[in-house]
Amino acid sequence: MQLYYLPVHELHTMLAKRQISAEELCRAFFERIDSVEEKLKAYVTLTRENALEQAREIDRRIAGGEQISPLGGIPVAVKDNLCTEGVRTTCSSKILYNFVPPYSATVIKKLNAAGAVILGKTNMDEFAMGSSTENSGFFPTNNPWDPERVPGGSSGGSAVAVAAGEAAAALGSDTGGSIRQPAALCGVVGLKPTYGAVSRFGLVAFASSLDQIGPLTRDVTDCALVMNVIAGHDPLDSTSAPGQAPDYTGYLKNDVRGLKIGVPKEYMGEGISPAVKQVIERALATLATLGAEIEETSLPHSEYALPAYYLIAPAEASSNLARYDGVRYGYRAEGAADVVEMFMRTRSLGFGPEVKRRIMLGTYALSAGYYDAYYLKALKVRTLIKQDFDRAFARYDVLLSPTTPSPAFKKGEKMADPLQMYMSDICTLAVNLAGLPGISVPAGFVDGLPVGMQLIGKPFDEGTLLRVAYTFEQNTDYHKARPGI
Amino acid sequence: MLTIQEVEHVALLARLELSAEEKKMYAQQLGDILAYAQKLNQLNTQDVPPTAHVLPLKNVFRDDEAGEHLPPEKVLANAPDKEGQFFKVPRIV
Amino acid sequence: MEYEAVIGLEVHVELKTKTKIFCSSTTEFGGEPNTHTCPVCLGLPGVLPVLNKKVLEYAIRAALALNCEIAEYSKFDRKNYYYPDMPKNYQISQYDLPLARNGYLDIEIEGRTRRIGITRVHMEEDTGKLVHQGTITTTPYSLVDYNRAGVPLIEIVSEPDLRSPEEARVYMEKLRSIIQYTGVSDCKMEEGSLRCDANVSVRPKGAKEFGTKTEIKNMNSFRALYRALSYEVQRQIDVLEEGGRIVQETRTWDEGRGVTLPMRSKEEAHDYRYFPEPDLVPLVIDRQWVEEIRAALPELPDQRRQRYIRDFGLPAYDASVLTATVELADYFEACVARYPDAKTVSNWVMGELARLLNAHNMEITQCRITPEQLADMLRLIDQGTISGKIAKTVFEEMFVTGNHPEKIVREKGLVQITDEGAIATVVEEVMAKNPKVVEDYRAGKEKALGFLVGQVMKATRGKANPEIVNRLFKERL
Repeated sequence: MQLYYLPVHELHTMLAKRQISAEELCRAFFERIDSVEEKLKAYVTLTRENALEQAREIDRRIAGGEQISPLGGIPVAVKDNLCTEGVRTTCSSKILYNFVPPYSATVIKKLNAAGAVILGKTNMDEFAMGSSTENSGFFPTNNPWDPERVPGGSSGGSAVAVAAGEAAAALGSDTGGSIRQPAALCGVVGLKPTYGAVSRFGLVAFASSLDQIGPLTRDVTDCALVMNVIAGHDPLDSTSAPGQAPDYTGYLKNDVRGLKIGVPKEYMGEGISPAVKQVIERALATLATLGAEIEETSLPHSEYALPAYYLIAPAEASSNLARYDGVRYGYRAEGAADVVEMFMRTRSLGFGPEVKRRIMLGTYALSAGYYDAYYLKALKVRTLIKQDFDRAFARYDVLLSPTTPSPAFKKGEKMADPLQMYMSDICTLAVNLAGLPGISVPAGFVDGLPVGMQLIGKPFDEGTLLRVAYTFEQNTDYHKARPGI
Repeated sequence: MLTIQEVEHVALLARLELSAEEKKMYAQQLGDILAYAQKLNQLNTQDVPPTAHVLPLKNVFRDDEAGEHLPPEKVLANAPDKEGQFFKVPRIV
Repeated sequence: MEYEAVIGLEVHVELKTKTKIFCSSTTEFGGEPNTHTCPVCLGLPGVLPVLNKKVLEYAIRAALALNCEIAEYSKFDRKNYYYPDMPKNYQISQYDLPLARNGYLDIEIEGRTRRIGITRVHMEEDTGKLVHQGTITTTPYSLVDYNRAGVPLIEIVSEPDLRSPEEARVYMEKLRSIIQYTGVSDCKMEEGSLRCDANVSVRPKGAKEFGTKTEIKNMNSFRALYRALSYEVQRQIDVLEEGGRIVQETRTWDEGRGVTLPMRSKEEAHDYRYFPEPDLVPLVIDRQWVEEIRAALPELPDQRRQRYIRDFGLPAYDASVLTATVELADYFEACVARYPDAKTVSNWVMGELARLLNAHNMEITQCRITPEQLADMLRLIDQGTISGKIAKTVFEEMFVTGNHPEKIVREKGLVQITDEGAIATVVEEVMAKNPKVVEDYRAGKEKALGFLVGQVMKATRGKANPEIVNRLFKERL
């Protein structure tokens, strides 16, 4: 197989054995990027010179006899809502088209410390609002399995980069499914960690109580390796969980015997395409054969997750995005007579339609007279949704569902109807509302398009998710398939 | 559906200048989404506490110890307009 | 009709922690524009707040000094509105679960004690500063400095219990005094570390219902507070007397013109869209910690005042003036420790010292006369080395030069003349030169003696012991 299609753990072995240099590896990835990027448009910014310099530094360290860490010299991509000191960070928004942060996100500092080579910043739905990467303020990204289709979103660029060999691994962010959904549609592994497991410091906020950073990788082992670098307490994030993160690779056991897997019937019902359902049923059969105990269960408030989410997330977003006003950084509309006019024009020209729609919605939900009816109501329903999961986890080790209701859809198909687009996330939203970990792993194909299986775990039990996902992966071949691009 | 006046009020609160077409579009779309959100009213949440935070964390503090400031050239590097070491904005009123 | 004012104050106090409320930038006053900033207080994309524990401790200390109940459970909220001095266009504040509630403070007004309720005390972050050329309405553009953005504040909201501008001023002075005693703030109005907005309405005296209120801003001194409230109360009475209605609005005090004016603004009706700050976790305040802070509270102005009356035997007025600030009270007590006649010390501190400080526009902390020097000077009077009158000259010299009183007395030759023989010579000279006056006195004009004594003092440049002079005259007349 081509270098650029190998998983991180294999590349690491080659680097450690000096079968290849980090610089050669880096150049191989840039060659790949140069050959497919025009068709896919995964990146907003490439950091070629920085990357090669980082790679040469790793080579010097290897030459000096240093043991490199598992991500040392590995070419990775990061979503463009993670602040990178000295490198443009746009959130794929015109309002931040020229913003160069003077500081780096905690996860970026950790990647740097681990010796990872950052190739560039990936495209996304503007401010992470969307499920198709069509809401990018710059250009849409295409699915490598069928460039006429969307890669999912909002971390579409990161998913495509990994799926098409434009990066060995990537970071994304997930507020309602933004890592898992594109991972599923592009046939890669995507983990949204438990809320608080990974520091949010330096992640440009969309909805603060829901946002988490996580890895997109070729396989489950790589997922654990990336988690080992990015997880852990950060004193700069008040919502960061205390204590030390575990060694996630310790959970990579090919054994699910005796594990209890619950399948919420609401996630296998109406709205899920029959073909996707079939894929999931086959996956369940595989896990049963391997010794897992599988039962149908219920999360009775599931149907309320979508409306609750679309009040809570926009409300937080309306406040988080208030700072983009043209005063301190980013775009400013010219020629305004006074500050109010400058604010209004800057924001109207700087934000795209979906961002404005959500700011409007969130502002409305928080405004006088509507707070109790909409926002407070949604927070209460959030409690009920969380309680559903608490009850389920009293009986089951993990829950299993499709990641998305259908495989990748055609570009433009859902752009006219926001509610239809929001439905793409019906299997993933509730996990963010409850703050739980969720992983999507490749589970099969429908008409040549990848389908993802979602595993949902107890808080801070990424371990069991990784174990089930790893076992499934070791006994199937879906993760080895590569798009023919 | 929201009225155009409601849309205009919310747009002013959110500091968004909307064209006539945008106002019409958002009146329709926000109306649809809010109508969908009415679904939540099927649930009796009288005795349900709200969840603003999913993690049971409390009392997270930092010590009162000084850290580094950003050098002024970095503070102002992204400023769309500046004068000396100040950010510059059009008149307030 | 007779009206009464109904006034409530919202007071903002900057806490003097080393660093800001949610980041590690300094709170130091001044500094070049935008140099006391970091990504967090500049509100850059992606940053997160972490609460400075000292801010919570100081806020609890201040709230306890104001007799408040400290909440068991409290949280932060976002207050959303757009203004270019706010880096995030929302302010992290506290809404429905403030740190403390139900406090009070007592003010003395016309010899009576009035208890003013304190509704709540909460924590929030300060905004940056806008710099204009001329005024906000005439400037072609504005400049923004974020050095103050994120400095910790507590907001202290009073009940609408104040009934006159004078009561409001006294409340504000008392509040400043208490907060200053706790050591959590400098409370300097001129540096903006103490700020005040007022809610004002009027109603017919004795009425139960409140009238429509206006909110008054931009009162930057105690004098401005008094003048602005006096103006506004009278304005409202005039409007009502003319059959008009009060408009609920925010008005700004124009110091130069001495009037309150409606704030001209495009701002829509206030709709701050408060919601729980998702980037900060709730506070569950440990009772034991609260009790430790309470136990460590310093003596507060009221307690100190009582002690001065009880232990030093001072009149209530003296006790109030001397305990108004910690610094003055500490100075006074340091003097009394060295010169135990408290009333004499009080007379000098409240009299000459206050006069000189005022004339030189100085604070007690800048005073060059040490308590030792003041005590030594008082002893020079007692010992008869200088007269009380000469002492004022010496004191002024001490104030200006910082020199020890004995040095001044010695170098300027100000030692009192107590030699009876020497004084008698001068007395006789004066009598000889003024036979007419001597006669007047003998004829029963008592006042004539004053003139004669004055002539002796003049001749001795004030140094003759006045008791001896008097006695010698009386013997000879």
